[in-house]
Amino acid sequence: MELKDTRSGFGAGLLELGKTNPNVVGLCADLTGSLKMDAFEKEFPNRFFQVGIAEANMMGIAAGMTIGGKIPFTGTFANFSTGRVYDQIRQSIAYSNKNVKICASHAGLTLGEDGATHQILEDIGLMKMLPGMTVINTCDYNQTKNATIAIANHIGPVYLRFGRPKVPNFTDSEKSFEIGKAIPITQGNDVSIFSTGHTVWEALEATNILKEQGIECELINIATIKPLDQKTILESIKKTKCIVTTEEHQILGGLGCSIAQLVAKNQPTPIEFVGVDDSFGESGKPTELMQKYKIDKISIINAVKRVLKKKI
Amino acid sequence: MVENIDKLTNICSQVRRDIVRMVHGAQSGHPGGSLGCVEYFVSLYFSIMKHDKNFKMDGLNEDLFFLSNGHISPVLYSVLARSGYFHVNELKSFRQINSRLQGHPTTHEKLPGIRIASGSLGQGLSVALGSALSKKLNNDKNIIYCLCGDGELQEGQIWEALMYAGSKKVDNIILTIDVNKQQICGSTDDILSLGNLKEKFCAFNWEVFEVNNGNNITDVLSALKRSKKSLHKGYPICILLNTEMGYGVDYMMGSHKWHGIAPNDEQLEIALQQLSETLGDY
Repeated sequence: MELKDTRSGFGAGLLELGKTNPNVVGLCADLTGSLKMDAFEKEFPNRFFQVGIAEANMMGIAAGMTIGGKIPFTGTFANFSTGRVYDQIRQSIAYSNKNVKICASHAGLTLGEDGATHQILEDIGLMKMLPGMTVINTCDYNQTKNATIAIANHIGPVYLRFGRPKVPNFTDSEKSFEIGKAIPITQGNDVSIFSTGHTVWEALEATNILKEQGIECELINIATIKPLDQKTILESIKKTKCIVTTEEHQILGGLGCSIAQLVAKNQPTPIEFVGVDDSFGESGKPTELMQKYKIDKISIINAVKRVLKKKI
Repeated sequence: MVENIDKLTNICSQVRRDIVRMVHGAQSGHPGGSLGCVEYFVSLYFSIMKHDKNFKMDGLNEDLFFLSNGHISPVLYSVLARSGYFHVNELKSFRQINSRLQGHPTTHEKLPGIRIASGSLGQGLSVALGSALSKKLNNDKNIIYCLCGDGELQEGQIWEALMYAGSKKVDNIILTIDVNKQQICGSTDDILSLGNLKEKFCAFNWEVFEVNNGNNITDVLSALKRSKKSLHKGYPICILLNTEMGYGVDYMMGSHKWHGIAPNDEQLEIALQQLSETLGDY
């Protein structure tokens, strides 16, 4: 399996947009290389805005650029794309309904050695609470590239979350990204696994191991966390009658919470949550951190076995 | 486009009546800063800006104004209504339930004339810069205007934006600072001194104009006209507009006390006696 980073998918998508949509502009807060925005900068210098280490100003400039028809893509780390500028996003972008695409790399634990100051695990929650904000967390290079291209055609603010490490590139490069559409990966009758971001691959590996043990998992990639694809989720659990959610994020406020809320209202169903349990991260290698904070394939397998015991 | 000073002065008087009546009607709001900026707003909307009262969010081929210190919404709403963006009778809905005239301006209720929400301070200049960059990309030579309060300059984002504009030569913007030297808790000197603003702006590569009496409409008009001549020369423009908070209503002047409180019935009457009704109350 080819290994590629999701942030490079963003860079490739942005470059393609530059060629096809003259209104697309890029803004970056001194992380051009990390965000893989260099190709766009080189190709379209007049449409690239280096704002320096000043994320609040970047969000405001992006909001203002929409007035006049530009489609700004802001690029910085997820921590500085959300928590640092929450009020700017809330007032100048979300409440003002501006067509800004907030593109956030280095999300979650897999940022690795830089440690907890940079490993934001609360950003999905922060962003999904904002009225009108679309929230997307992609799982591999292809999906990130296609999602980057897709959000340019969506009118309204979007939070696009991706990451730093090289991970398996397993989704179909030809499949265009549909905002708000869940993506079934495997079919099964025993348990529904709803996964987002880097944990989708972990869940796929877990699914293959469980299959050898006679457990059939229905793995569904929830790339769009808001709006949730309620229909696909509810249809799947009608069949499987139990749920595991997986994400590289706090359990509190993440994808799992959104799904728990949906099923509590419509179809109460046993559920287990794979995510970070009310804790900050730390320095380490991405794989070590995924293991230690229990969001790797082994943790997903264990969660499946726990939830199967709760199934009526 | 009104050039006649008497006519503009009459508009100012009516706008002041609107402000105190709106804040009295809602029994909340911010009369002090609103009253102090009347000459600036009337100059902009009735004489200086090329703008279209048939509002379009994109604002292509017209000058645009961004209010950063959104709490002085009464003056903005009055001037928008008086220049034809919406009916003046709507001013009575200020701060009421189901109104387009929210306590702080917003695009959310689709009030014509508003392009960004403001209220949480320090954000408007960045937005104005973004729209200035958008104009440059669109090859649109029209001008971006922005107003910030002086107390608002205590927000860090302002200095990010000032540094950006000076460094990147955003030279199609005229920023005005309402220097009334007051904020909620007292004078700016007591709360957090702003120091020498002219030197600070110059150090950030801005060209600075100063108006000693920002409540003299002739002086305000002349400063705005002069500053326009300095546009498109590689420097962002700043006007330090010295105003009096509460100007026009004697008991509101000379302190920070009327920053954010409403007059009672008796105080309203006293205020209205000092402001002639020139265009008809709403």
